[in-house]
Parts: sequence; C-alpha cells; structure tokens
Amino acid sequence: MMRFLLLFSRQGKLRLQKWFTPMSDREKKKIIRDMTTMVLARQPRSCNFLHWKDLKIIYKRYASLYFCLAIESQENELLALEVIHRYVELLDKYFGNVFHHFPPFPFIQYTCVCELDIIFNFEKAYFILDEFLMGGEIQETSKQVVNRCIESSDMLQETMEEYMSKPAF
Amino acid sequence: MSDVVEKTLTALPSLLSLDSQPGSAKLSSTSKLGNLIRGITELTSKHEEEKLIQRELASIKEQVSSPNTSMRQMKELMVRAIYCESLGYEASFSYIHAIKLAQQGTVLEKRVGYLAVSLFLNESHELLLLLVNTVLKDLQSTNLIEVCMALTVVSQMFPKDMIPAILPLVEEKLNHPKEIIRRKAVLALYKFYLIAPNQVQHIHNKFRKALCDKDPGVMTASLHIYLQMIQENPEGYKDLTASFVTILKQVVGGKLPMDFNYHSVPAPWLQIQLLRILSLLGKNDQSTSEIMYEVLDESLRRAEMNHNITYAILYECVKCIYTIHPKSDLLEKAAKCIGNFVLSPKINLKYLGLKALTYVVQQDPKLALQHQMTIIECLDHPDLIIKRETLELLFRITNAQNVTVIVEKMLEFLHSNTDDYTTIDLVGKVAELAEKYAPGNEWFIETMNTVFSVGGDMMQPDIPNSFLKLLSEGFDTVEEDRKLRLFAVDSYVSLLQGEPGKLPQRFLQVISWVLGEYSHLREELEPATVMRLLAKLLDMKQTSSETKSWVLLAMTKLVRAGQVFQSAQEVSETYGSSMDTVLRQRAQELQHLSQDCELRARVLPQDAGLEPLEVDSSLSFLDGFVSEALAAGAAPYKPPHQRQEELAQAKALSLEPYGLSLPISMSSCSIADRQSPTLLSMSSGLSGDSTDLSHKGSSTTLKLDGVKRVWGREGYLAQREAVEEAAQVEVPSPLRSPSQQAEADSSHSQTPTPTPTPEPDQEKQQLASSLFFGLSSQSSVCLMGKSEPTPQRFRRKAKGQASSSGAAEQISNSLVSAPSAVDNFLCNNLLDSNITSQVGISSSEQTSELSQGPATTNGTCDTEAESTDGDIKGSNPSLIIGDNGLVAADPTPHKDPGSPKDFCLSSHLPAELSELCRSEITPLCSNQSLGLSACHVHKEDSLVLVVFITNSSDAAIRQILLDLDSEQLQVSCVSDSPVEDVTSHSVAMHQFSLTVKRPSVHVEVVGMVSYQLPVGTPQEVQFSYKLPLTSFIRPLTVSTEEYGTMWLSFSHDTKQNLTLISDGEEPLTATLNVLKEKLQLHIVEIIGMEGIIACQLLRDQPCLMHCRVHADVLAVWLRSPVPDLPDCLIYHCQRALQEH
Repeated sequence: MMRFLLLFSRQGKLRLQKWFTPMSDREKKKIIRDMTTMVLARQPRSCNFLHWKDLKIIYKRYASLYFCLAIESQENELLALEVIHRYVELLDKYFGNVFHHFPPFPFIQYTCVCELDIIFNFEKAYFILDEFLMGGEIQETSKQVVNRCIESSDMLQETMEEYMSKPAF
Repeated sequence: MSDVVEKTLTALPSLLSLDSQPGSAKLSSTSKLGNLIRGITELTSKHEEEKLIQRELASIKEQVSSPNTSMRQMKELMVRAIYCESLGYEASFSYIHAIKLAQQGTVLEKRVGYLAVSLFLNESHELLLLLVNTVLKDLQSTNLIEVCMALTVVSQMFPKDMIPAILPLVEEKLNHPKEIIRRKAVLALYKFYLIAPNQVQHIHNKFRKALCDKDPGVMTASLHIYLQMIQENPEGYKDLTASFVTILKQVVGGKLPMDFNYHSVPAPWLQIQLLRILSLLGKNDQSTSEIMYEVLDESLRRAEMNHNITYAILYECVKCIYTIHPKSDLLEKAAKCIGNFVLSPKINLKYLGLKALTYVVQQDPKLALQHQMTIIECLDHPDLIIKRETLELLFRITNAQNVTVIVEKMLEFLHSNTDDYTTIDLVGKVAELAEKYAPGNEWFIETMNTVFSVGGDMMQPDIPNSFLKLLSEGFDTVEEDRKLRLFAVDSYVSLLQGEPGKLPQRFLQVISWVLGEYSHLREELEPATVMRLLAKLLDMKQTSSETKSWVLLAMTKLVRAGQVFQSAQEVSETYGSSMDTVLRQRAQELQHLSQDCELRARVLPQDAGLEPLEVDSSLSFLDGFVSEALAAGAAPYKPPHQRQEELAQAKALSLEPYGLSLPISMSSCSIADRQSPTLLSMSSGLSGDSTDLSHKGSSTTLKLDGVKRVWGREGYLAQREAVEEAAQVEVPSPLRSPSQQAEADSSHSQTPTPTPTPEPDQEKQQLASSLFFGLSSQSSVCLMGKSEPTPQRFRRKAKGQASSSGAAEQISNSLVSAPSAVDNFLCNNLLDSNITSQVGISSSEQTSELSQGPATTNGTCDTEAESTDGDIKGSNPSLIIGDNGLVAADPTPHKDPGSPKDFCLSSHLPAELSELCRSEITPLCSNQSLGLSACHVHKEDSLVLVVFITNSSDAAIRQILLDLDSEQLQVSCVSDSPVEDVTSHSVAMHQFSLTVKRPSVHVEVVGMVSYQLPVGTPQEVQFSYKLPLTSFIRPLTVSTEEYGTMWLSFSHDTKQNLTLISDGEEPLTATLNVLKEKLQLHIVEIIGMEGIIACQLLRDQPCLMHCRVHADVLAVWLRSPVPDLPDCLIYHCQRALQEH
C-alpha cells in the first residue's frame, strides 16, 4: 500500500501532497522536510529508491518536478516507479502536453510544462490523482478511462455553467 | 434512474465536441488564483510573502463569511485557501466553509469542497462529523459523479466510528450497474477493512462476489482485500488458489481488454497482485504450490521485454518462486533471473538484484557465491543505498568464519552514515553478529565499544542490556568469563583515561557498571584510580544525571575495598544535596554503605550476578494494605481481561456519540479524578478500574504510576530519556596496553583481516574469499555462544578460493575499463567520418557547407589526419551528405564576392585555405603606407583568421609586429615564421587559429600592428575584427543513443519557441534544414513531429537541440555543458529563421 505521494520542485517547494494514511500535521511537516532534503541531495543517475524509517521511498524527477512516493517495505519498487510514471502520463495527457505514448526520444522528458500546469491547476492534479489512486492503491490503470472520467466531469462543469448562465425558463 | 444520467453523460461529449482539446485554456492566467501565484513568485523575501498571504487570507475570510457569496465564488475562494494552506499558512476559518461547499454546491463546487475537506482535515478532526450527512446524501444521489465523489472521500478519510452509518449504502453499490461505481465501492470497503476490520466482517461473501465480477477492474480492486485477508489467514483461502491461478493465466495470456495494457504489458498491477497472493498461499504448502508451478513458469517466460514494468513482474515472480514450496527447475530459472538483475548496468535493477539475493540467500547461499565479485563491487558503490543493501546481504551470510570482515565493513559504513534510522538498525545487527559469532574476547569487546560509541544514545536499549547480561551471566568456562571481564575492564579504564567527554551517555553507563562490578578482578588496578576516573565523569558538564546515578552506584560497589572511603565521602557530600532526587538517593546510599561494611556486604555481595533475586510475585506483603483499603470501601481488583470485557460491553451498549470519550479519558485522568470529589463522583463507575489500568503490563511486579522503574535484574535499568546534548560521537580507538595483549588468548589475537596488497583486484579477491568464506561448504550456523575461531584454517581456505574467483575478477575489470566517455564516441566517429569524407564527391562550387564529420577530438589521430590529408581535403573541399541522406547543396550567401580587391587579396590565401569556405575579406584599417584586411576561414577543426597586410607605400615596411587579443577567444599564431618585412606594393599574410573560450553571440578580436617605416619613428595601428559565434559551430555526428547519454549529462539548458518555416515542404524538416544549412548543425534524427540536432562549438564543446512542433511553433530545447552556449545558439537560430 502506498503511504504518501509528494510533488516538489527542484527548489524544494511542495507542489502537491497526498496522504493515504492518517497523519498529524507535525508528522506531515517532518516528512515533507525529510523527503525534500533527502531526495534533493541525491546525485543524478543514482538509484531511485531510498529507505526512510520502515518505508521505501521511490522518487523520480520529471523536468523540474520531483515525484516522491512512499510505499510499504514489501511492495514492489519498480512497480511504484511505474505508478509515478503513469501519473505523469495522465497529467501530461490531461494538460495537453504533447506526450507521446511511445516517445520517439525517451531520454527527453517532455514534461517541461508540467510544473506550471500543476501550480496553476493544482486542484485538477488532485482530481486526476483521485481517479488514479484510491485509498493508497491503484484504482484505474487505463489512461483512457481516467481521462474519460475527468473529462466527463469537466464536461459536466461546462454544461452546468452554460446552463446556469442561461436565463431561467 | 441512473440510466438516464448515464445516457446524458455519454451523450455530453458529442454534444460538446467543439472543445476537443482538454488542456486548452487550462492555465487560468487571468484568475485571482493566477494573480496570487504570480504575485508570490515575484516576491523576493519570506517576509513579503507572509504579508501578501495574510492580506489574501483576510480578503478570503471576509468574502467567505459574506452571505452574498455564491457557491461558485466560494469554489474559487476555496481553491485559493487551499493554495495558502499548502504554503504553510493556516486558513482554519475556511474549514467549515469547505464542508458547506461540499454540502450545498453543485457537482463541481462539491468536488472542490470535498477536495478542500480532504486536504484541510485529518481523520480525527471534529468537523468531519458534519460531513457524514453530506456523504450519505451523495451516496444516494442519482448523479454518478456525486456517488463517485462520495466514495472517493470515504476512502480518503472517514471517521471510523461513523462507518456503520454509511456501510449499507456502500455495500449496496457493489450491485451497481456501472463498473466504476462497483470498483470504487470495493476500494472503499477495502479501506474500511483496513481501519476497522470487524465492521466489515459480515460481508465477506460479498467480497467473493466482487472477485467474480464480470468486470476485470472490479475484480482487481477486490484483490486488495483478499491480499490483506490472506496475509492474516492463509489457511482460510486455499480453495481460491485455483481461481487465482486461472485469472493469472488469462492475464498473462493477454485475454484482458487492451485498456488494461500498460506499455503493451497486460495488466501488470493485476499480475503482481496475483503473484503476491499466490506466494502467500503457497508458502510451506506443497500441494497448493504445485497448482501454480505452471503459471509461474509461463509468467517468467512471457516477461521478457526490456521494460521496467516487466522487470517488476519478474522480480515478483522470483520472490514468489522462492517463497512457495521449491521446485528445482523453477528455482534454476529464478536464479538466472536474479543473476540478470544483479549484473544489470541499471542501478535500480542492481539494487533489486541485491535485494532478491538477500531474500534467497538463506535458502541458497551458493547463489551469493556466484555473484561475489559483483557484491564486492557494490560494497564500494558510490550510492549509499546500494552499499547498505549489500551489507544487508552480507549480514544474512555471516558465519563464524567471515564475521570479522563483515563486521568491519559494517562499521566502516556506520562511520560515514548520517541517517539515524540506518544507524540504529545497523548497530543492532553488528551487536547481534558480535554476540553470535565473536571469534575472541578482544574482538568482541572492541566491536562492542564501537557499537556503543557509534550507536550512541539512539540505539535500542536492549543492546547495552543484553551486553551486560552476557558479561554477568557468562557463557563459557569460568576462566574464559574472567578473561572477558578483565579485558572489558582494561579496555574501559584506558577509554576513561582518554577522552571520556566524547563518549555517549549509554556507553558511559555501561562502562561505570562494568567498572563497579568487575574492576576488582584486575588486582594491580588500584580502586582509587578507578574512583578518580569515575569522579572525573561526575565533574563533566555533559554527563546526564542518569549517567551520574550509574556512576554513583559503581562507586558504592567500589568502596568495598575500603581505601577509597575519603573520596566516596566527598562525592556523597556533593550529591547529597542535589536537586535530583534519584541522585540524592544514590548519594545517600553511597554515604551509608561506605560506612557500614556489614550492610554493604549484604546489599551488594561480590560476584552475585548469577544468583537470581527472589521476588514475591504474589505480593503477599501487601495483603494487609489491600484488606484495609477494601474495608474502607475501595472497589475490588479486577484482572485486565475482565476489565477489557466490561469495556467492550460498555462500548457495545453506548451509542456512538458517547462511545468516543470512554477509553481515552480513563487512563489519563485517573489521578486527577481522585483529587476533585465532583469529578470522582461523575466517573465513579470507572474509578475502581482506573487505578488498575496502569497495572496492565505485568501483574507480577508492583508498579506505581509516575514512579520510574530503576532497578531490575541487571541492577540499575537504563531508561530512555531524551538527552539534550547532541550526540557528537567520535569513535574511540580502544587502546591496548601490552599487558592486555599478552592477556588475550593467543589463538584469538590473530584477526583474519585481509592484508592490503598493492594490486587492488588482488585485494578484492582476498576480500571476496574472506567474505564468502564458509558458504561453499555446508555453512554451519552457530546459534548461540561463540564458535571455534580457527583462524589457521581460515587462512588456508582463503587462498584456495582466491584463485578460483580470478576469472570473474578479470571480466569485471574489463567492464570497468570499457570506453564510456563522450570523448571516445567522438573519436570513433571521427575515424569513420574521415573515411567517408575522402570518398566524397568533390564539388566545384564553394559552399558554406563544411564536411559533416566532426572535426575535433582529443588525441593525436586528429592532428595526424590534418597534416597528412591536407591536400586531399583541399581538393575535396566538402562533403554534404549527412547521415540521413539529405543533400544540402544550396548556394550560400558566403560565395566569393567579385570585388577586385578581394579577389586580389584572396589570391594570396594559401592553397589549403583558398578552397575552404571563408568570409568576405574586409578591410580593417588603412593609412598612407599600410592597409589591413582580414577574413576568417572555416576549417574543419578550427577557425583561421587571416590578416593581410598590404604595403601601399613605395618603401619596404620593416619590423611588423602583429598582436591579437580577445576576451572571448583564444588566439594562437599559426604562421611558421611571422613576417616582419613587407616589400613595396606587396601583401603579407598572418594566420591565427581561433577557439572559443567563452561563448557570446558575437565575438571580437582586437589587434595592434606596430611597424617601422624606413624613415621616422615606429608606428602603431589598432583595429578590431568582429565575427559571429556561428563561425565556430560545426556539426557533431552522433547516433541517437549517444545523443541520449549526452543529453542526460548536460546541465545548461534553455528553451524557446521558434517560428516554423513552411514553404511547400513538411514544416519541421524544412525548418531544420534551414538551420542545418545556415548554422552548420547535424540533424541526428527526425521522428514524426520531433527532431534532434547536434552541433559543437570549437573545440569539443557539444550542444544538443531538441525540436518539437507544437501547434504552429517549433519548441526548441537546447542543452550543453557550456554555460551561455545554448542562449547564444538560440539567438542565431532565431536570426537564421528570420533571415530566411
């Protein structure tokens, strides 16, 4: 089971936080501090896995953003790395960054606009995450379905707003 | 009813297809949130940020409480409030409004409301109770999205006690026609199962229904619950094994819809979940394991694609195979798989390989032996995580023979480690190994010394406890025990004589206990000396009062000898008036016992460690007290289990709102209750129990509330206490006196550490043989006590193994030295491209296009090629066929201009330069007697600046001295012998080779000519010559793979959007071709809407470009190891495209 997911920038600024188990504010603050210092201190191209207390920390950098996922010790690290990757794909697909299903040049990480998108639309990033993970487990692995869910709610938003702006009948 | 909604939903996208791009206009740049965010990013100080946020919060606060604020505005406000909170500013006033928004808003507003609630509140927040009703309402809604949101929030955070209220509704959703609702319901139930398993006990059969759901997504979700339940009780679910196997078979066989594929691997998450379940079911169960062999084999076989996700599956497969009842051919395959992981150059896989080894090594120690050289390499890996995992692996293969080497490695790691958690863990492991396998007294005590000083005050308290226990109880012959204790005493005395201030408190406590107990064993050691050393500890500032009481106790034991009476008196006087009651008590004890020999002999008998103290466990001496209390009306004692039952009953009866406070208040308020009669009467039903609550732990010992338990079996008990001082631990190097050396058992003193040899690989082999010693033979696991050390045998064996591992070492060496640097790529490419350039078609027209081959490298091959092939190159000036076969032979603006002067000057160019592309010859300056002109010539590996000096006078000019300098460039003269004299009406030429020191958009060379006319004084002329950076750009031929490695290693980058050129051709290709022609770039590859380009700045300074067509612009991303280079280059790209 996943315990928490943090997104922070290269400067250590927190961009998104998701806690899958109850945690006091103090604990959260400490974890955020620990994670940013630990992950930011890592050399490039070293192992993506870390130990923190009894948890395993899986992190990956996409452009200027660090994705940092904590899992329990018996979980599969590589799979967690793919969870992060899938989330990035979902974000990219949603925010319309031309992220290819099979990027022609895989070493170029296309998520360059991601951080800004997430800063300005963080609530959307949370909604996408909620469709993707639920209660610390993967809920939906299909990219199409997740996006369909989000889009259908978005559509609803637009219709509702249109509806509301129409004169009453 | 929900069908209607469903239809509407599915119809919506087609109705609203006008806006097909979901991401469009997402960047709400004009919104208030956008403004706020932008405002914050512009600020420079934390103080300003605080001011801005406080202002923002004040305005939000005002607006949310205004009755005129619509829900829609509220949604916007809430998003801003979330943003402020995420920056660390409290916006607690908005919590209640978030709940209101979730309650009253329309779907979208509701969603923001729920999000705000889940971010603001935690599970125990009181406001959460207000949410229950909303959730209930939404669960019953006909709107699918509302139901989804409710289920999501329920699984995110829901008060435990309120689960029964919504459980029936969630259960009902398991039958919902929409699979997404069913799946979310299952996951919500899973969450309930985790936080309150007994609440969902009655619906286990429904879980089974979910498992059989026709939708694979719902089935996958139900596996989470099953994994959990099987973990707790594998026996109960054996009957499902066949079903799980069938599911896995179908998944692996690709029977699931394509939707479930992840990077063309079928449902990896589902596969891994199933593998984990199977390993739980098959553990220690042969018949169950047999059912799954086939599918495991197939999984191993199918997962062969080189993608992370298949490695994830493989790893899980291997784990499963090693967990269940073994089958030899599967084990073999799994072992091979682990080998692939371990040997992988990918660091993540290597890590997992080591982990897998750790996992299997207990069953199959030979596997570790196979990979010993890799393990040795990992031991020195720069990444601490890898190192740590390797130590973990070594810990598992430790035996009596290799313990010294492994412990040495662990201690080495400990010294460099900074993470507390790792230190605690590793220190515990070292202590465990030392206790199990210690080869000798000396080693044991020294290792434990390091453990205590490194582990400091963080380590598990049972380490010093069990160490002291080991010392006092002994484990071998009486003589051995005595030697061990003696050695400890000696070691500690020398430590205290050193710098005791640097030792951690725990260690000092151990030391003082040992000295108090055993220092008398060393007869030549004066008790006064020990006393003095201990007194020094008392005087140190950093000594905690807890340590002081240990010291005082040790002193009390020491006064046995009688001679130290005087100093004991002094100490007890000092501490007799201490503010610390424990210390004062110890001082009193010291005082009294030092005076009363008889009493002391009874209280602290010498060598009494082994006799157990008699404890009256029935506490019969309290009988009188109890009956008195009962007579006075106290409630009778109830044992803990009885109390638990009563509590449970009380809980079952009470309704939720009251149930909350019951268990919490009891233990905390028991003392306070008794002081206030009113409170007592209120909780009278509980007070009888509450006194007993504190007894829960052990009924045999008398334990009083609030009184520390300081005495135990080993004497004074260590207590966990937050020690204020930072544990500035430095490891003491235990000093050995000659007498101690002699004392130590001669057979033990030979520590089999490998002696360093000059050759590193020999060292490694030796290390390997000492690390993996005893693995090849049947390793006899020594469970308790010491094993025979047999150092002699160890040595002999080690040599034999060293030779056997020689081959492996060689291989790994060659791997290390394999070429990997970018330089090498370049060099290789150069050789290739030189060959091609010589067969190239000669072009009569002079173009700006240079040879495609990268013209620079390190090494001699380059200069040689230059000098010998000079002529050939001259006649075949350029080759313009790139790797991609595109021919760019357009005439360039740099053609020879026809001006006669230029022509006449250009005839002076040396032959090898005249055929190369060059700039116009521009006049720099002139006077009556002398004119200067210059041009630059693009050579493959350099830029040559040619300066012409024209003598327009009738006399010869002598002593011409030309001096060039530049801030951005490195200038070196290439002419063999600088021309000093120019005869009348003739031209002299100077050549300079230029390379870039610091990139800039334009670079400039300033120069000065000094010369001597036949008559008059020496004269000077100054000039400057400007040239664009593009003159220094050359194509860089790399393959896509090389490009990839380079890309990741470059740190300076810049991004820009360029305009696309579309003249008939495909825009991307057209644009890139223009850039290629004008700027001498090399197009590495174009795929679809993307292209990668490489070039280099003379010399050897690569710059990579990645271009992507995005809408109607070209998004360009440049990377280079050279600062400023990307910026300069992007400028020239812009110019080039504008000019086009």
